[in-house]
Amino acid sequence: MNHETPAVVADGLRKTYGRTHALDGFDLTVPAGSVCGLLGPNGAGKTTAVRALATLLRFDGGHARVAGYDVTRDPERVRAAIGLTGQYAAVDETLSGRQNLVLFGRLRHLPVRVARRRADELLDQFGLADAADRSAGTYSGGMRRRLDLAASLITRPRVLFLDEPTTGLDPRSRNGLWDAVRSLVAEGTTVLLTTQYLEEADQLADRISVVDAGRVVAEGTSAELKARSGADRIELVVRDAGHLPAAARVVERVAGAPVTLDREIRQLSAPVTDRITALADILRALRDAEVPVEDVVLRRPTLDEAFLHLTGHRAAGARERAEVAA
Amino acid sequence: MTAGRLGWAITDGWVMTGRNMRHVIRSPEEIVLYFSLPIMFVLVFGYVFGSGMAVPGDGSYREFLLPGVFVMTMLYGLGATASQIAVDAGRGVVDRFRSLPMARSALLTGRAGADVLRALLELSVLVVCGLLVGWRWRDGLGDALLAVGLILLLRVALTWVGILLGLLVPNPDTVSVIVFPLAFPLTALSNVFVAPELLPDWLGAVAAWNPLSATVAAARELFGNPGIGGDSWAAQHALLLAVGWPVLLIAVVAPLAVRRYQRLSR
Ligand SMILES: Nc1ncnc2c1ncn2[C@@H]1O[C@H](COP(=O)(O)OP(=O)(O)OP(=O)(O)O)[C@@H](O)[C@H]1O
Ligand SMILES: [Mg+2]
Repeated sequence: MNHETPAVVADGLRKTYGRTHALDGFDLTVPAGSVCGLLGPNGAGKTTAVRALATLLRFDGGHARVAGYDVTRDPERVRAAIGLTGQYAAVDETLSGRQNLVLFGRLRHLPVRVARRRADELLDQFGLADAADRSAGTYSGGMRRRLDLAASLITRPRVLFLDEPTTGLDPRSRNGLWDAVRSLVAEGTTVLLTTQYLEEADQLADRISVVDAGRVVAEGTSAELKARSGADRIELVVRDAGHLPAAARVVERVAGAPVTLDREIRQLSAPVTDRITALADILRALRDAEVPVEDVVLRRPTLDEAFLHLTGHRAAGARERAEVAA
Repeated sequence: MTAGRLGWAITDGWVMTGRNMRHVIRSPEEIVLYFSLPIMFVLVFGYVFGSGMAVPGDGSYREFLLPGVFVMTMLYGLGATASQIAVDAGRGVVDRFRSLPMARSALLTGRAGADVLRALLELSVLVVCGLLVGWRWRDGLGDALLAVGLILLLRVALTWVGILLGLLVPNPDTVSVIVFPLAFPLTALSNVFVAPELLPDWLGAVAAWNPLSATVAAARELFGNPGIGGDSWAAQHALLLAVGWPVLLIAVVAPLAVRRYQRLSR
């Protein structure tokens, strides 16, 4: 595959389940050799998109090409070129970890001896050597997940699909997986991963596509998405809570935008357009008004905020955190 | 289909057969359960009811019964086939199989392969069991092996019926409930326990044309066991039907099963 041909192209994919539009004109282009993150809330259509691209799902409309082959017309070539780790572990629970990997290797048409050797390497790499001969049904969730990942890497795939690959992994395994993905990418594999963790998308993905209600609503690098999703903010901490109303009046007047207050931590924040000028003006106005300021920061929006801005609702992870905070 | 594809379809089916046999090895208690039913049939029908049963012409009822029990065991194996396919189809691992560049048919042919291997095991146990209660083959080893071949051919056909059934009712619990009421009348309306000519006319006709009866009659003929013959065309051409019925079943059911599998959860 030459490097001008994108590794994944989805063009107006549609899939309906009854009255649910799981995919509703889903467009995506992933350049060869890059990592694309699909970011979206529960039910956005990430899994449906991955399953459609990995030939597991017949879609109702649109076209898709993976590794240069048409998904509908040439599914066997696509399957030979891809690796898939789905959202739910797809291993044989009755067989041992080793038997699983040898089986999948043989079904990829490796000779028995090669399949065995590859299985051993992967068991080592994913820290499963000790449990290699136990049936996979006895594995913990994280171990099963790792076995599932190993199964998608038996032969180096040209395009690797990872659907929420790190859900249920402890931090060490997660870092291990990220390393594995990075080294695959260094060897030329294209990765399409879905995630609800903004941090993961931020860490791994060259470009992020934000998915909502079955379509891509925003696309770009994480910096671009952050920049596009609204203004920078100024955050001020005043010396005591009694000063908050006065400070709020001043900031609102100078910044010309509504102010958010947090009494607990004596903080107020407001969006600003011209960062440095706004900072200077606000601080001067506060000194004139004799409001003592303890701390001040200017910051770009987080990906969480970007998400909120782009989809009109919070990301699942952020929602949970907000609920915990409340 | 090119030769290469057919070659891979066979290889993949064989690999999947190995996978299914490993499942069997990991749960040997299931095998014990399988053998206990046919052995019980031999004992109950051979000894308890057998004394009151008649065989057309001469001969021992037990010797008449054994080929019937062989075939009946093949029929009941269909339940296991169906429920295991249903279990498989509901497992996450099917997604993995679907995403691999393997032959689409391999999950099914691998099931069929493993079940026929297991049937061979079951038959061996039954043959030993039969020899112990006085059953013999009387027309030489060649004919006896031919009879075994016909019985296994029927099993292959029934395996595909089981696979289709398992895919149509993709819930292992439902499957096991459905199979018995389907299988029981088939054995009752056959020549397994009673020779058709001893049945009322119309029942006898149904029993004579029953695919199970064809294989049973052919096996009796080849083993040299009593109870063969009869006036109907079907009874006269048992060997032909014992090949024809299974081949017809496979030709009709196997493609349906493969198509059903490909449409599943897409
Ligand atoms: N087999 C199905 N039958 C009916 N509806 C389905 C099916 N699969 C998906 N859906 C619906 O399609 C929509 C998209 O689902 P999908 O699993 O792709 O979301 P997702 O982005 O992967 O969500 P999550 O983050 O929870 O994994 C949801 O509304 C879901 O309920
Ligand atoms: Mg999902």
